[in-house]
Amino acid sequence: MNAAQHALRLQSTGVPSPVTGALRRPHVTIRGLSKTFGKAVIYDNFDLDIPRGELISVFGPNGCGKSTLINMIAGLIPVDAGEILFDGMRLDEIKFGYVFQNYREALFPWMRAFDNIAYPLKMMNVLPAERKARTERLVAHLGIKLDLNLYPYQMSGGQQQLVSIMRALVVEPEILFLDEPFSALDYEMTLFMREQLQKLFMDSGTTMVLVSHDLEEAVYLADHVLLLSRHPAQVADFTLVEAARPRTDATLSDAGFVRTKAHCLEVFQREVRRA
Amino acid sequence: MNKKFEPFLPIIGVAGLFAVWFAATAAKLVDPVLLPSPFEAGKAFWQGMHGALGFDFVKTIYRTLMATAIAAVIAIPLGIVLGASEKLYRSLEFVIDFFRSTPASAMFPLFLVLFGVGDETKISVAAFGAILVILFNVAYGVMNARKTRLLAAKVMGASRLRVLFDVMLFESLPQTFVGLRNGVSLALVIIVVAEMFIGSQDGLGHSVFEAQQMFEMPRMYAAIFAAGALGYGLNLIFLLIERRFVHWSGK
Ligand SMILES: Nc1ncnc2c1ncn2[C@@H]1O[C@H](COP(=O)(O)OP(=O)(O)OP(=O)(O)O)[C@@H](O)[C@H]1O
Ligand SMILES: [Mg+2]
Repeated sequence: MNAAQHALRLQSTGVPSPVTGALRRPHVTIRGLSKTFGKAVIYDNFDLDIPRGELISVFGPNGCGKSTLINMIAGLIPVDAGEILFDGMRLDEIKFGYVFQNYREALFPWMRAFDNIAYPLKMMNVLPAERKARTERLVAHLGIKLDLNLYPYQMSGGQQQLVSIMRALVVEPEILFLDEPFSALDYEMTLFMREQLQKLFMDSGTTMVLVSHDLEEAVYLADHVLLLSRHPAQVADFTLVEAARPRTDATLSDAGFVRTKAHCLEVFQREVRRA
Repeated sequence: MNKKFEPFLPIIGVAGLFAVWFAATAAKLVDPVLLPSPFEAGKAFWQGMHGALGFDFVKTIYRTLMATAIAAVIAIPLGIVLGASEKLYRSLEFVIDFFRSTPASAMFPLFLVLFGVGDETKISVAAFGAILVILFNVAYGVMNARKTRLLAAKVMGASRLRVLFDVMLFESLPQTFVGLRNGVSLALVIIVVAEMFIGSQDGLGHSVFEAQQMFEMPRMYAAIFAAGALGYGLNLIFLLIERRFVHWSGK
């Protein structure tokens, strides 16, 4: 798909397009993004707009480049070519958060949960008293009941991931990246964490980009599902999820939701078969 | 079996050892001159620790800890620097590995020439051995810092120096303690050997050697026992310190 077709497709699904002018000003604009690993071309001249204040789920075949995409947007790995701007600004001019899949290896086990959450503020040279106040304010705002005097290894997996999400939120980021944040949790904890994330999203209105390998989760949480093709990854579809928030268990059996999910599955399977 | 008894299980092995020892001497299976009864050896240990053996014991502790301390002060910062730069480590890896594999005892003559027959020689040879062990472990610990944790710090805006002190240093601590424990054990081995041979007047090595020369077997066993207790005790102390300061290790 070339850029013009891409624009058309975006338009057909009712989403802001770089060509026809924004319905709503995009938050992140990605233009001409290219990335290869050795001989494997993961991205070749890739364009995408991420709308402001939305939760975008990224879904696609294994190894298609989902992690690579958000890692490039978050500056964890360099791009070969292309431009990624946030309201026209570069990454180092904005505040952002990143939540890793492997919370066990992402938190600092030598610090108590509270100090883990406050750590990014230290990197921003916020004074200790202010750090404490801001962390306490965040905890109170989220209404999360957790003993933050514990060390991460004394907590359950879900609690640890909650701590790492709070650590990402403490700087009041403009955008939050999450790479399969719940995939290392058991099912019960995953369901709980989805609700927590939805609540956080509704409370903060932060733009969020979530990589998920669970289609139901991807659709359930998203305003738009970004469906990627096999690499070199292209936008296979950018599906609008219309269900109202807060979404609940009832949403899962809602006719519109089921239709959207079926549509995503269809696109996904078409992309998988096109090997 | 009742759980309450489990902490006492190790005592069974100790009691068994003494029982076999006692039986062997009582049945005169071994020449009593070569292997005195546990009571004779115990008596020699008890009396010795209140006299000459106690003095030797303290001397050996002092030399071992001195060597380990010197080694730690040199090796830990160096290990961090080496570990933080993969290229630097790779270029020195062979040299470190080579000297780590060289028996430190082979260095005695060289160090004798450098430092004479005093304490300096013993301590510096032991420190030399311990440095390489600690250095290797610290560098290894820094290099094997979890990539995700380093990335996490970077994403939160930590500078390279911050990553080094806030993350790598802590990440390397468990491995550093492995190095310290191995280092202190090696230092003790080297010190005891040095005390036996290089014109030594005191220390556990000297005590063992002297007792053997004078055929005072109970005293020799007492000194061997003291050396064993020292080695075990040092290891235990380092383990306790580790548990206190590296509480997250292995979790
Ligand atoms: N550092 C790297 N070096 C070489 N190849 C890489 C590297 N990182 C990723 N790849 C390759 O690039 C492709 C995309 O990787 P990426 O991790 O982005 O996929 P993904 O969509 O997140 O996959 P998954 O569903 O397994 O999480 C894969 O084929 C992967 O093997
Ligand atoms: Mg991935």
